[in-house]
Amino acid sequence: MTTNKSGEQQSITELDRVTIRFAGDSGDGMQLTGSQFTATTALFGNDVSTLPDFPAEIRAPAGSLPGVSGFQISFSSGDIHTPGDRPDVLVAMNPAALKVNIADLVPGGGIIVNTDAFNEINLRKAGYESDPLKDRSLQGYNLYEIPMSTMVANACEGLGMTSKQIELTKNFFALGVMFWLYERSMAATEKWIAEKFAGKDAVAEANRRALHAGYAFGETTEMFHTHYRVAPAHLPPGMYRNITGNEATALGFVTASRLAERDLFLASYPITPASDILHQLSSYKHLGIKTVQSEDEIAAIGAAVGAAYGGALGMTTTSGPGMALKAEMLGLAVMVELPLVVVDVQRAGPSTGMPTKTEQGDLLMSMFGRNSDSPIPVVAPATPAECFTMAIEAWRIALKHMTPVVYLSDAFLATGAEPWLIPQVADLPSIKVENAPAATGPGFRPYKRDPETLARPWAVPGTPGLEHRIGGLEKLDELGTVSYDPDNHHRMNLLRAEKVARIVRDIPATEIYGDDRGELLILGWGSTYGSIRSAVERLRARGRKVGHAHIRHINPLPGDLGEILQRFDKVLMPELNAGQLRMLIRSKYLVDAIGFNLVRGKPFQIGEIEAKAESLLGESVEVAK
Amino acid sequence: MTQSELPVLTKKDFESDQDVRWCPGCGDYSILAQTQKTMPDFGVAKEKIVFISGIGCSGRLPYYMNTFGFHTIHGRAATIATGLKAARPDLMVWVITGDGDALSIGGNHLIHAMRRNVDMKMIMFNNRIYGLTKGQASPTSPIGKKTKSTPLGTIETPIIPLNLVAAAEASFIARSVDTHSEHLQEMMHRAGEHSGAAFLEVLQNCNIFNDGAWRDFTDKSVKEDRMLVLKHGEPMIFGAEKNKGIRLNGLRPEVVTIGENGVSVADLWVHDETDPDATRTQILSRMWWPDFPVPVGVFRRVPRPTHDQLLVEQIDGAKAARAAKGPVDLQKLLASGETWTVE
Ligand SMILES: Cc1ncc(C[n+]2csc(CCOP(=O)(O)OP(=O)(O)O)c2C)c(N)n1
Ligand code: SF4
Ligand SMILES: [Mg+2]
Repeated sequence: MTTNKSGEQQSITELDRVTIRFAGDSGDGMQLTGSQFTATTALFGNDVSTLPDFPAEIRAPAGSLPGVSGFQISFSSGDIHTPGDRPDVLVAMNPAALKVNIADLVPGGGIIVNTDAFNEINLRKAGYESDPLKDRSLQGYNLYEIPMSTMVANACEGLGMTSKQIELTKNFFALGVMFWLYERSMAATEKWIAEKFAGKDAVAEANRRALHAGYAFGETTEMFHTHYRVAPAHLPPGMYRNITGNEATALGFVTASRLAERDLFLASYPITPASDILHQLSSYKHLGIKTVQSEDEIAAIGAAVGAAYGGALGMTTTSGPGMALKAEMLGLAVMVELPLVVVDVQRAGPSTGMPTKTEQGDLLMSMFGRNSDSPIPVVAPATPAECFTMAIEAWRIALKHMTPVVYLSDAFLATGAEPWLIPQVADLPSIKVENAPAATGPGFRPYKRDPETLARPWAVPGTPGLEHRIGGLEKLDELGTVSYDPDNHHRMNLLRAEKVARIVRDIPATEIYGDDRGELLILGWGSTYGSIRSAVERLRARGRKVGHAHIRHINPLPGDLGEILQRFDKVLMPELNAGQLRMLIRSKYLVDAIGFNLVRGKPFQIGEIEAKAESLLGESVEVAK
Repeated sequence: MTQSELPVLTKKDFESDQDVRWCPGCGDYSILAQTQKTMPDFGVAKEKIVFISGIGCSGRLPYYMNTFGFHTIHGRAATIATGLKAARPDLMVWVITGDGDALSIGGNHLIHAMRRNVDMKMIMFNNRIYGLTKGQASPTSPIGKKTKSTPLGTIETPIIPLNLVAAAEASFIARSVDTHSEHLQEMMHRAGEHSGAAFLEVLQNCNIFNDGAWRDFTDKSVKEDRMLVLKHGEPMIFGAEKNKGIRLNGLRPEVVTIGENGVSVADLWVHDETDPDATRTQILSRMWWPDFPVPVGVFRRVPRPTHDQLLVEQIDGAKAARAAKGPVDLQKLLASGETWTVE
């Protein structure tokens, strides 16, 4: 029990895990509110997982349903893997935000609304016939009505700001309320305000006052009878920060450049949700990183190939539509056997699809979307933090085997965030490879392969004695001159395939969580990791014999996978596509894997995977709720 | 290796061991020969020179050069050159392309390479036809041109390549003719000396699919009267008798005869390669036989920082600004933002 300022007793409720969704108009600053709450929560020591959900239209009409922007955060005293299926609490800054999100809220969940925004115009824009705050339609929830606009107007009196400017601070009021409700400190956000609005004293003060007013509101009013405590999680020791997948990807590439002792060169054409990687790497000029915003995606991969030819770590970043444009140049990279990393941050398609929404639909395009047989290694991180490790892994493979590599992230990983145990750069293994040395006299063989990896030498321009010609025309084995010899072409095709196949030698053994044999294996790849892992945890807690394997290397597949699949009666493969990895698994291992495929632009809910798994298992031990 | 230590190279040093495989009589042979002859001019070591090509008959040229060479894909050579030059400012990069390669499939890359001023020397073999694919219309084929793909004649207005690259802010623009070997050599030399994006259009004869496309004015017997050889700082005079000239009337060029109607050399348009305004470059580029003599030579040559120079400058500036705050530590970068420690 604590005592509020009016002397009344308020109780504290201990919770293991809470999921909150902040929702409002695009102009209401919900992403900022969410990320501030996330930063503070991570600093506090909870395990967190977040999912922003913004509209594709940058400036959808204010107050409209398409203009609603949301940010969901789940935090816990234990280990969590997803941003939560359904929010426990919804902060709705206007009627449209309420309308769009209410169906997701858990029964009996809390709704905190800005009542000032529930006027006739906004209700009409949201399509409400009557005011939901008054018509008892929200009876099944805990409704907290706060006139936030009025409260910030009062708090900011005397600052000499326009009412419009003051209105902009109401998100910080909402944040203050949430900080109080979940026992968080305001310190980190206050520091952020001071830095962000340095030199704009009135604006900084207004935001600070709004934040404090919200906090004080929680403390003083009798509206909240309890506040909530989510104890810090027991994460492995070390230094942490919160990180999104795109941030981790960018940092992974910077680190790869250090570990390879080569310059990083990125050419990219802006596209959601990949652009942030371009933005971040472009801001690292002081690290010597060269970036070019190309005229299109073909030019971007072309420039990357050119940089790779010159001996740099040439790479490009894009999303599905851009990936489609890169196909021909990827084929050239396969033919000339240069190292290259192509990042595809997948989004819902086909075509422009739903640009801000997630999907795993580009796997088969990455594998096969080129003319003729043109094998390319494909890797896929499973969590936002893992984007760092896999970015380095992509480069390790590209360099060791002299091959283009596709790195498949997706919108959920890219924008979602989680705490990241910051690695020690000094502990990371080198991925350095040497250039072909200078030669005297003729006889340089640009396609003479390393007997172990089958990689050809990296013969960069500027090296005396290595003058030679490469290109898209088929080349004679070893010599590298143009060749139309039928048997040579066949041999070169086999060599290109074998070179990629040998990557398997370095792929670590597949980890199986839970039962390593038995009734059911749930096999996944990419961003479905969290939902699958949580579902398997729950299933096992009920005594189910279930295992979870998650693949990071899609081409080649891990060497032990075939044997693992044989150890289970059934294999379930949840994918946010129509069954693309499943098609590969079935054809390669002749295993009758069962698909679970949803393409709604959102991650799986834990409960959905759990229910699907239950439907495949024998008599249930205990009915799932 | 410093310049002085470089062995003196000759044409022979730049010939590769590959058999040249163009049709006998093709204009590409001459272009190749002039290219090989020009290369020793620059005092650049062989291994520091890279030839990048797209696809087309022209695209085969790198195979015949004993330098580094990259035969890429159709239309995209400029993109690869952009990345290579950005990563390796120390290299001398040449791009070999065709009228279809540069203006059709690669049109977008062409204009952006020019506006960026990528330090590449692009030689476009203009034969007004798709040679490699056996004779379809190209973006420079004249209206009415009957080809396999346009049996009733094309209905599309051709692109004037030099007008296009002038609009795209190319810093060096020139034209020459495959058979005018001395002039072509001179143009290659000048393109090679230029720092920045150089565009050299070579009027090339495809004797198999478009024989004589330029003959009306390039032929020895008529070229004096029908072509104008541009010379920096000199009045535009042409004709076997050297008595014809170009006068600029506002923005309209006119052909005049020196000594007639009171026209003297002083009235003629004096060519200025270095004119910062590309308007007159474009006027020149639009002059065409039979209304005008066809100009060849350097149309435009303006100094402008190159893409790789600016990129390196930004990086050096950012590094210096950063160095003032102490050394860059990757470990610190990874730990930027709010961090916390779990014991
Ligand atoms: C993507 C792609 N589309 C089409 C082709 C077929 N193709 C090769 S060269 C060429 C046209 C070449 O014309 P041009 O650039 O004028 O070169 P030329 O052969 O006349 O020197 C075409 C259409 C190709 N190689 N790649
Ligand atoms: S087709 Fe024409 S351009 Fe091509 S090699 Fe033959 S003559 Fe030359
Ligand atoms: Mg042509």
